[in-house]
Parts: sequence; structure tokens; C-alpha cells
Amino acid sequence: MKKIIRLTINNQSHEIAVEPNLTLADMLRYQLALTGTKKGCDTGDCGACTVIMDGNAVNSCLVLAVQANGSVIETIEGLTTAEGLAPLQEAFVEKGAIQCGFCSPGMILSAKNLLDKNPNPSEQEIREGISGNLCRCTGYQKIFEAIESQSS
Amino acid sequence: MNKFDVISTRAHRIDTPDKATGQAMFTDDLCRPGQLYGVLLQSPHPHARILSIDTSKAVNLPGVKSVITHEQAGYIKYGVSPARYDETVFAIDKVRYVGDEIAAVAAVSLDIALKALSLIKVKYELLPAVFTVEDATKKGAPQLHENSPGNLCAEVHQEFGDVAAALKTCDIIKTSTMKNKRQDGAFIEMQGCLAEFDNRGLLTLVSSTQVPHYVQRTVAMVLGMDVGKVRVKKPYVGAGFGIKAAACPMELACCILARETKKPVKMNFTREQVFMYSRARHQFTHTITTGAKKDGTLMAIKHECCLDGGAYTSFGIATVYYTGSLLGGPYKIANMSYDGKRVYNNKPACGAQRGHGAVIARALFEQQMDMIAEEIGMDPMELRIKNMMDTGDTTCNDLNMSSFGMSECIEAVRIGSNWDKKKGNMPRGKGIGMACGFFVSGAGYPIYRSDTYHGTVIIKLTEDGGTALVYTASAEIGQGSDTAFAMIAAEALGIPLDNVRLASGDTDMGVDLGAYSSRQTLMTGHAVKQAADHAKTQVLEVLAEQLLVPLEKLDIKKGFIEFAGDTPDFSALRTRYIKEHRGWIDNPDSKKLTFKEASRIAFLEKGSIVGTGKYKPHNLGGKFKGAAVGTSPAYGCSAQVAEVTVDMETGQVTIDNITDAHDCGKAINLTAVEGQMEGSVSMGIGEAMHEEVIFNDKGQVLNNDLAEYKIVTSVDMPRVKTIVVESCEPNGPYGAKEVGEGAIMPTIPAILNAVYNATGVRINELPLTPERVFFAIQDYKAKMAK
Repeated sequence: MKKIIRLTINNQSHEIAVEPNLTLADMLRYQLALTGTKKGCDTGDCGACTVIMDGNAVNSCLVLAVQANGSVIETIEGLTTAEGLAPLQEAFVEKGAIQCGFCSPGMILSAKNLLDKNPNPSEQEIREGISGNLCRCTGYQKIFEAIESQSS
Repeated sequence: MNKFDVISTRAHRIDTPDKATGQAMFTDDLCRPGQLYGVLLQSPHPHARILSIDTSKAVNLPGVKSVITHEQAGYIKYGVSPARYDETVFAIDKVRYVGDEIAAVAAVSLDIALKALSLIKVKYELLPAVFTVEDATKKGAPQLHENSPGNLCAEVHQEFGDVAAALKTCDIIKTSTMKNKRQDGAFIEMQGCLAEFDNRGLLTLVSSTQVPHYVQRTVAMVLGMDVGKVRVKKPYVGAGFGIKAAACPMELACCILARETKKPVKMNFTREQVFMYSRARHQFTHTITTGAKKDGTLMAIKHECCLDGGAYTSFGIATVYYTGSLLGGPYKIANMSYDGKRVYNNKPACGAQRGHGAVIARALFEQQMDMIAEEIGMDPMELRIKNMMDTGDTTCNDLNMSSFGMSECIEAVRIGSNWDKKKGNMPRGKGIGMACGFFVSGAGYPIYRSDTYHGTVIIKLTEDGGTALVYTASAEIGQGSDTAFAMIAAEALGIPLDNVRLASGDTDMGVDLGAYSSRQTLMTGHAVKQAADHAKTQVLEVLAEQLLVPLEKLDIKKGFIEFAGDTPDFSALRTRYIKEHRGWIDNPDSKKLTFKEASRIAFLEKGSIVGTGKYKPHNLGGKFKGAAVGTSPAYGCSAQVAEVTVDMETGQVTIDNITDAHDCGKAINLTAVEGQMEGSVSMGIGEAMHEEVIFNDKGQVLNNDLAEYKIVTSVDMPRVKTIVVESCEPNGPYGAKEVGEGAIMPTIPAILNAVYNATGVRINELPLTPERVFFAIQDYKAKMAK
């Protein structure tokens, strides 16, 4: 039996009918075609599905869509502005922090959430801020550099 | 000063803006109208005879569109190496590991497909199973394959020179043993695919693969189709590291389901299935004896290795050869023997993973180098430089080092790590260690025997002039190959990178063997350069004719035509161009004739300008059995220094930093080269410190998720100092060669040598868990107390 939820995604309000067992990740990907949110495990281990929900980075595969009722959600698609890539996205491109790119949307959102809360993080705070986002390609070096370049 | 305009820079990758915004499409991001969802039925038993398969209830479940078993999939054997085909899409008579594929279902939803799976009734007769090399090779052990007595999948015996005689002349002989643990690729995008037939019988398979070409051939062979009716496309791929370098049963099942249902079918592995399917790094057990003179001259290596292979061959025959062949360098060693074997057992098959076959042999051998250095009182770097091959040297097993910046790499890490000051001056519990390594820059021969080109490329100039379209079947899987090829095309054509567009990863675009053995930069890069030169020549030929200038006086640089000597009057060409563009506000008014004008004029005279390029290596290697494996037109090489802290009370090892130098020939894109180096180091650290796929006594993977299988996270990863060393590789495009795999070679032995330096203890088993290190320290203390 589907349930109607209302939520704000990337500054747009949505009213959506969802099955009670549908995850937020699957709703974003398969019902709203917001496929920038990736799934690398479906068990909350890899962080590829990270979105910002009510100001906190969460694994959207561990959130049921019905739990997001009334929430404000920001996905990777919401970062880009009319001028193009957000400065943090530009920094990831410029520093070479993206290889296969599968972890990148979640990684960028975790980094954004970190910088939103702590505009001048120490190296250790950066490491901890993205510790829930696994990257198998880069060895994190250039991701650190990209985030460091955006701290104020 | 950089003599290049595009390559040898830090150009931004062409694919990363789309990856940063979430616009880049990966396989599961695609969907087709009316697509069905496919799932696999996999064996719960490690070894069992299949007595019957009853699919009737599943077939009759509403929403189910097809249920297939070996009856639909057929009996054609496939695998990686044609001589070793030992797999069928679905198990026919028996299953050999937990996860062996038995059937597949396509249904209108994933839920219904999964429900249907539970309705398939398979009757098994359980067979005794073996999970270790020791058990599998015992007398009377259950046999996995009829034609492989003793569960021996492959064995290799090679000797170069006379090892026994050389060892008799040695002053120092070191023998030691080492083993690693089975790894998992742990790429973040799980395998997935989407297959569809059109109404003329063309099959299009979209898949998360490293090798569209090999997948195309395997699909055609197994489904009994013409290769020309099978198109394999790779969208963006969330990495592979070797595991996605062969056709997998899910891809084949997906194609068969699409054929049966006449509908698009999508399938995905779960993370659990990624572990179940495996195909990642083997567990190796090496014993190496190295002999040297007291002045440090290396004389001989005697190398024995056993590979724990799992249930099928997969890449294993190549792995067991690589394990031996890539120990022949980077030092001058005239005498080397290798006895390797790979053994089947009832675990998932292992395959190729970054540094294919060579990583653990290197890890053991580079420790023996340090043992020898210690015994004769020589600095480990000095010992290595003393024995180092020179550019142009050939190993005893016929691998030619056509460029070789190994000594420069050692020098770079010596300075970069402040080695001279630190070595020998670290307090107890702190250590510094180094190691070297090298790797192929593309396998010298295709996986199937063939004279095929390894890569073909087409470059078409757009008919309006100004833009070059590069078409290659090569595979961008995250390493940056699309960008490297766009840069090479721009450099060769003499135009800015912005004026190059590139499409890749589609078998309709030509032949390319794909992303494995670190081959694409050198091999596909050659074909790109040749295609660009071809297109450029055609444009310049038209100009030469039109302007009555000798061809050799013409060139293209930075998007403009360059004339050697006086610039001829080209106003007639410009007028002709501008007349076609009345009302346009961006007509050329530069002093120089633009590439855009020239390529438009060329089109007006000759029609579409298409350049083609191709590449295959010259004949490589010796004549002995297995001589092909390990050959390559070039070898990348690297040196690394690791610094560690070991808690002597708990055995906890912390890697403080790594200094890494790699000779990649000419770096096409410096940022991308560093990215490969840093990624390699992180995978090496993972294997050294944390990674181990653990099985229970029923052959099931216990840690089949990314929480319990521990790859390196942002808090584990030390800062890495990367130093790019450039040599000029005569066989590479613009002198370029590999970086993707060679860079992992020194990581593990550098860490192990540093741990020894910190503790005085050699640890011969990975990973370096605190428990293992703690007990090794305790054993050492007990021994010293005696």
C-alpha cells in the first residue's frame, strides 16, 4: 500500500506515492531519475548514496522514503547553479580528485556538509568528515587537496 | 620549457565535470522502456551434483517472463584463455563453489524475480568439498574437474641460466617464504548490465566492463551469434582493477534472457555477489631463494609458488605465468628458476587484480634484497642500484627494458624521503624501508591467439571544420584514458583540447582489447596519434595544393596553420570560408590561417576527412613455453619509501608516510599520473594492512560487505609524496608508458622492510594485523632471550 509523502528536494517541493519499504536512495534514483545519487552496497557501508537531509549527510540507502516525509533533501544535482559547477565541484575537477567518479557525488556532498558546518576544518577533521565515503581509486590525496582548497 | 602544447600538462579531465555533477551515466543509471529485471540463482553449496532443476513454479508466477537454465543457455564452454575454457553460463552436472550459477529469472519487477528464484527447486547430491591448496592436493581429495587430476589447474617450470651452479658460487643465500590473503576488488560500482535485441536481431549489451571487445567475442561465441550482430557498450564504469576484465556469467545470462523475452533486461550484482563472484587477487604462497656475492652482486633466484585458484581457471593460467616472469627484473640476474602451480578448490575463482600475479613475489623478493644488504652492511638503495638493469637491457627471460628510469626513481625517493638522514637513525618502534618494482605497459599478445591489432582508432574532422571527433573502443574505467587520448589527439593535430571530442567504450568503434595490463596509454595512444597524424596530413595536403606550398613546409600548432618560411597569401581561402558564413559574428580575422578554415576547405575539396590509426606491438619475447606472458613493448618502474610506527606492546602498525617515484615515460597528464600512483599505494596499503576475504568451513564468504572487508579509508591513508620521473620510451606515443599497476609493486615490501627496521622482526604473512605483528614480536623476543 503506497503512502503519500511530501518533501523538498533541491529546493523543489515534491508529493510522491511510495511503497513503505522503498529507500530514499531508490526513490531518488528510480522514481525521480536523480541518478547522481549512486548505490555501491545498499547496506550503508560505502557512502556513495550520501545526500544531505535536514542539514546532515546521511546514507540514503539506510533511510526509508517515508522517513523523509517533511524533510529538506539536497542531492548532487542540487549543487550545480545557473553559473555551472559549484566551487567545491570545480575544486574536485581541478585537483584531479575524481577518477571513476562513482563515489564522487557522495564524497562531494559529505565534503560540502563538513564545510557548511566547519568552514575551516583541520586535516584530521577532513579525514573524519569523509570517513564514511569509500574511494578505491584515488587514495584520497587529491580529495584532501580539493577540500582543503575550499576551506576558508 | 614544455615543447608540447597539450600533453605533459595538468589539463582537467574531460569526464570529471559530468562526474562531479552526477550527470555521468553508469550502467544502473540507464533504463529502457519496458525493461525486465533479471536475477541469478546461485549454488548454496560449495560442491554438489545437480540431480534435477524444477522451474515450473517459478515459470508460472505472474510477472515472470523467463526462467533459464543450462537447457536454454547451452553447453558451450568459455573462460578467459581459449585453451583453458572451463566454465558454462549455468552449471550443468555440478556446482563447484558457493555462488556457482544455476539459473536466471527475468520478471517485470525485481521483487517478483527474487520471489521466482525462491520457487526454483534444485535437488543436489552433496559432494565433499576442499577449500585449501593443502586439502585439494591430498591423495584421494575430491576432484573438481574431470580433466584436472589432483586439482592441478596449471603448472609452470622454467629455468634460465643454471641456478644450482650459480648458487654454489654465492657467499650469501637467503631463503624465505611468504603468503598473502585473497583480496577483493572492492570497486565501488558493482557489476551491472542491460541487454536488448532489436527487431533485426542486433544484440546490444551495455555493461560495467573493462573489456568490451572480449565480452563481445564471448557473448557471440556462447550465444552462437555473428560478432557483427553483437554490440557491447560500456558507459562510465565505477572502476574494475582487473576483476571486470572478462565476460561474466551475469552478462551472458542477461543476453540470453533478452533473447528469450524479446525485452530489455537489466541485471545487477549485489555487493554480496561481488564477493561471491570474486575473480580478484589470488592467495599466493611463495618460497624464494636468492643468492649473492659478498660484494652484493645478485647471482640467482630460485622461485617456487603455489596459487590458491578457486573453482575455475579464469585468468589463472596467465596469473601463474606472470608470477614467475615478472621477477626477472629490475635487477641484472642471469640465473632464475620458477616452479609455479595453481590449484583448484571449492571457493570462487580468483583472477587478475592490479599488478597481476607479480605483487606478492615482489613483496618477498624485495625483503630478501634488504636481508642481503643488511648482511653485507650495504645501504639497501645502494645494493639495488649496484644490481640495477640499464636502459636497453634484457632480463634472462627476454623482457626488454627499452626505457628504464629505475635508478632515477631511487634517487628521487632517497632525496624525497630524506632517507640518508633517517635510515639507521630511527628510534625503536619507528622504521623506514624501501623497495622497487616494475610492470608491463600492455600485454605483448592478446588473450586469444591472433594477429589482431590491439587497438584501432578513427578520427573524423567535423565537416564544418574545427572539431575533431575521436572514436575508440577503449575503456575509460576511471583511470583517465579518455582524457589521455583526447590530449594525444589534440597534440598530434595541433589544436586545443577543447576542440577535441571523444567517444569510447563501444565495439562499433573498432577493436580495442580494453583496460587491462596497463595497456591503453601506450597501445591505444599510439593508434590515436597515428589517426590524428593521418587526418592532419589530409588537411595539409589540400592546403599545399591550394596554396602551392610544399607539404613539408606546413604544420598546425595551437589551432593555427604554421608556414615554414614566408606565409603565402591565403586570402582566397579565407574569402571562400567567410562567404559560407555570411551573418556569422565569429568569422576568422587572425593573421594566421586557422585550423577551422583549413579543415573546412579540406572537406570542400575531398569530402569528410577521416584519419585512421592502429597499433600492435612488434614480435616480443623468447621461444620458451610461456615466453609470451610478461612481454610488453615497455615497462614502467617505481621506487617507494615507507615510514612506519609500530607499537611494540600491541603490534599496531601505523604508516606515517610514503614517498613514491614512478617512471611513466612521458607523462601525458601529470595530475592523472599522480592519481594512479596514489591509488596504487592505497590498494597496496590495503593488502598489506587490512584486506582478507574470509571463508567459513562451508565455503561461504563471511565478510562479504565493505564494513567487514576493510579497504583503506580516509582516516587510514597516510599522506603520499608523489614524484613523477619521466624517461623517454621509444615504443610509446610521445614516449609514454604505464603507471596504473607498476606503482603498486613496491608498496607492500617497502612497508614490510620498514616494519622490520622498526622491530627487528620479519613478518611473512599478510595482512599486518596487530595480532599477527604482536605474536611475531613476542616470538622474536622469546628467541632473543634464549
